[in-house]
Amino acid sequence: MTHWIDIAALDAIPQRGARVIKTGLGCVAVFRTGADEVFALDNACPHKAGPLAEGIVHGKAVTCPLHNWVISLETGQAQGADEGQVATYPARVEAGRVLLDATFLRARAVA
Amino acid sequence: MTKKLIIIGAGMASGRVLEHLTDQAPGAYDITLFNAEPRGNYNRIMLSPVLSGEKTYDEIVTHDHAWYADARVTCRFGERIAQIDRTAKTVTAENGDVLAYDKLLIGTGSNPFMIPLPGHDLQGVIAYRDLEDTQDMMAMGPDNKVVVIGGGLLGLEAAAGMAARGADVTVVHIMGHLMERQLDEAAAYLLRKALVDKGITVRCSANSKEVLGRDGHVRALLLDDGTELPCDLLVMAVGIRPNTALAQDAGLAVGRGIHVDDQMITSDPDVLAVGECIEHDGAIFGLVAPLYDQAKVAAQTLLGSSGRFVQKELSTKLKVTGCDLFSAGDFADAEGREDIVFRDPARGVYRRLVIENNTVIGAVMYGDTADSNWFFGLIRDKTDISEMRETLIFGPAFQGGSPQDPLAAVAALPRDAEICGCNGICKGQIEDAIAAGATDLGAVRATSKASGSCGTCTGLVEQVLAVTLGDDFVMPAAASVCGCTDMTHEDLRRMIKSQRLTSMPAVWQECGWKTSCGCHICRPALNFYLLADWPLEYRDDPQSRFINERKHANIQKDGTFSVVPRMWGGITTPDELRAIADAADKYAVPTVKVTGGQRIDLLGVRGEDLPDIWADLNAAGMVSGHAYSKGLRTVKTCVGTDHCRFGTQDSTGLGIKLEKTLWGSWTPHKLKLAVSGCPRNCAEATCKDIGVVCVDSGFQISIGGAAGMDVRETTLLCQVATEEETIDVVKAVTQLYRENAKYLDRIYKWMNKVGIDWIISRVVEDAAERAALVERFEVSQSIYRKDPWAEHATERAETYRPVADLSLEAAE
Ligand code: SRM
Ligand SMILES: Cc1cc2nc3c(=O)[nH]c(=O)nc-3n(C[C@H](O)[C@H](O)[C@H](O)COP(=O)(O)OP(=O)(O)OC[C@H]3O[C@@H](n4cnc5c(N)ncnc54)[C@H](O)[C@@H]3O)c2cc1C
Ligand code: SF4
Ligand code: FES
Repeated sequence: MTHWIDIAALDAIPQRGARVIKTGLGCVAVFRTGADEVFALDNACPHKAGPLAEGIVHGKAVTCPLHNWVISLETGQAQGADEGQVATYPARVEAGRVLLDATFLRARAVA
Repeated sequence: MTKKLIIIGAGMASGRVLEHLTDQAPGAYDITLFNAEPRGNYNRIMLSPVLSGEKTYDEIVTHDHAWYADARVTCRFGERIAQIDRTAKTVTAENGDVLAYDKLLIGTGSNPFMIPLPGHDLQGVIAYRDLEDTQDMMAMGPDNKVVVIGGGLLGLEAAAGMAARGADVTVVHIMGHLMERQLDEAAAYLLRKALVDKGITVRCSANSKEVLGRDGHVRALLLDDGTELPCDLLVMAVGIRPNTALAQDAGLAVGRGIHVDDQMITSDPDVLAVGECIEHDGAIFGLVAPLYDQAKVAAQTLLGSSGRFVQKELSTKLKVTGCDLFSAGDFADAEGREDIVFRDPARGVYRRLVIENNTVIGAVMYGDTADSNWFFGLIRDKTDISEMRETLIFGPAFQGGSPQDPLAAVAALPRDAEICGCNGICKGQIEDAIAAGATDLGAVRATSKASGSCGTCTGLVEQVLAVTLGDDFVMPAAASVCGCTDMTHEDLRRMIKSQRLTSMPAVWQECGWKTSCGCHICRPALNFYLLADWPLEYRDDPQSRFINERKHANIQKDGTFSVVPRMWGGITTPDELRAIADAADKYAVPTVKVTGGQRIDLLGVRGEDLPDIWADLNAAGMVSGHAYSKGLRTVKTCVGTDHCRFGTQDSTGLGIKLEKTLWGSWTPHKLKLAVSGCPRNCAEATCKDIGVVCVDSGFQISIGGAAGMDVRETTLLCQVATEEETIDVVKAVTQLYRENAKYLDRIYKWMNKVGIDWIISRVVEDAAERAALVERFEVSQSIYRKDPWAEHATERAETYRPVADLSLEAAE
């Protein structure tokens, strides 16, 4: 069962932008799209671990700041000709707050 | 004996219940109808046309005296019910009358929400709910100023109604765009444009702070940025709250609204409720469509049969003449959803469909809503659209047939079909121009003006060429900016200037963007074009910038950053060097390097430390070196007359002056300068974007050099006599470059396209043009000549840190 924990106010993340959260196992990037949905992905590009949170967000994708791979925020899959995938985690918005699934965070912490 | 039914509230919902009851079983109940308003049922939603003068109150009355008399309904209008006694099964009117009921129907609607700002209880501060409010607004005319708080449906209808009466209306909306719950940015942009055309002032992202009064009457609204908006009337249209007080006092189950079941029965089997005052299955209601369904079910329940209320998809339209919009379903992006976007800039049309699992789940339309019912049907019925996906967005007319060949369609157009809307050029005129020898786009443009203004018809003109010339015409494949648009950078720059497009949503709409919000290729270009052309109107969008420009530092391959403070003209001091050394120690900077641009680079700084290291460098008087920007980088200098035995002028001093004038400016690509003190050229000025070589008689200014992937020598622009004139020429050429070049073209590329002669004719030979360029450059610099590090370190430091740290917490 998913157990949601409150991470931050939605407004703390800019529209078409991202912020990172620190976890025991490296950073997770939390993205906010132009339409105010949120997605959580490992903050490491499948190419050469570029910090995805620093990329340009467009539609439901982010372009990696290092070599412009385009990563789907929904699936974590690299788009187009590039191949690779980054882990995604359940995230949602409720009453202006960003919620993440606690179980995954715990799992990351103890892993 | 006939059973007694008492109805509280003569509203849109209870009116419908009455109709069903008297249609299906006249006389089944002895009905008494109470209403707090001193009148019977009228069509509340038509108050807006009454306000704008398109209808009269009499035309919107749904039930008149004759109707109530016929239906034998006892009317007690202007009387509020004060109390319900469920044990005794009676209600008490305000005048103390106690009446018994067998069944009670509550339809008390909702109360407008008044923001509790200081001064909200002044006279002249009203809501928009009933005829009295409407009459207050109808009293506003050309001599009056009005402020409406709330850019939703109600607020905009109020604003448009009063504007139609000549009042000077300002809408203040807290969110970034109008009607954000129903519209996306693109549709809201078109709506805003239409309202502004009606003379309404629209202020989004505006926070109200206080209502200011004089002698107990409103005089102005004060915003939290200090702006005062004078007004004779202030309308708050910011939301509604179900009117549940009576039910709550009577001990009925109440949440956000009065709880009812699928039969519209409250927690008391003899009490029913309908309309905006109820809560059904967690939902409350603000539009009439569901209320009508509720009314039907309530009548069935009262008559002993069993209906069932089911919530359905809702759609919204705005009742403002000339603002044709439609919104339905859920149009937020979310996992597993796709967008189909269609824009017709010439007609001001925008359509967006949101698709999930092969069904349409949401739609937003502006400009042409003729097909909205068809789309709404698809949403409601969850129709599988996989078969018609390709042509879906074009509406029902395009379904079934085979997809049209665009060339055949153009061939079929009559000679008088208009192709170029800006210049009013018809297909026939283009055919004539072709017959007279214009065989490519440029020639057609030159002789007929077609596609010469906004350029959106370029594709059509090319199709006319193809149809007319057959195989003699090869469709050019002009490189568009990216997959989001068919326009080239040049088209785009022309559109932004000629159509006065000052925001991204404006460009997306007017230039027919195919995606909802662009991509990493077009957004940085657009952001630059907009701020270059409209430095005062447009606000820079960090989210459309590459990370280096967003965080004012160069990203490294391991995600750390480099920090390069400015060293004006390559000159530094022992104090600055000490501060740099201290910062390098304090933030454990792994590499300190002298750059090829005559300054020092601190490489490998952690992103989180950026605001702090900047604050330290700022404290020592240093500012950002913009080593990361498509903007002014460095002005390299040599030692010049200060020390060198060959120096002819103060090259170091001039370099510093140039850097202090140009720093902070954004350009299509990076901009590097150098000033050498003599033709020996130790500052390598002749391979810079703009180079100055000092000679005895003055200053030789040359442009278009490079020493990167291409190595090029500069081309002479002019020689001038004084430092002042040098600075003016440099500013003017920078501005000309900024206003005209394609994003990511260095000066040499731009120069190769437009020619050095064209540049000389504007910057050197035309004194008035040079002065105008200098002035525009200075206007832009009034915004951008400042240190972004200082601003980020003091105001945005928080955004550089993780938004949450779970590494400790989760460890338990
Ligand atoms: C730091 C520096 C090298 C150094 O250690 O000296 C440098 C570093 C970079 N240069 Fe450079 N360039 C540096 C001087 C130069 C010079 C020499 C000069 O300015 O006199 C040139 C040749 C002159 C010129 O620009 O024409 C130069 C030509 C380039 C180019 C090729 C540009 C072109 O149009 O061909 C690029 C690529 C680009 O900008 O697209 C580039 C791009 C880069 C980037 C920004 C690559 C990137 O996008 O990450 C490098 C950042 C490294 C980092 O990790 O921070 N750098 N680069 C120099 C910083 C100067 C400064 O103080 O701001
Ligand atoms: C200007 C305007 C434009 C609108 N436009 C649209 C539109 O385009 N489309 C749409 O779908 N919806 C629109 N709406 C919303 C729509 O009008 C409401 O959803 C609808 O009127 C609600 O009906 P109701 O019967 O629940 O309440 P109401 O129509 O508000 O009726 C409730 C009545 O109960 C009376 N009352 C309250 N308490 C008591 C009491 N204690 N004793 C006696 N009487 C009491 C009130 O005086 C009121 O007359 C609009 C609303 C407004 C104000
Ligand atoms: S020359 Fe290449 S490797 Fe060296 S700093 Fe410039 S871009 Fe980086
Ligand atoms: S690390 Fe992301 S594209 Fe190379």
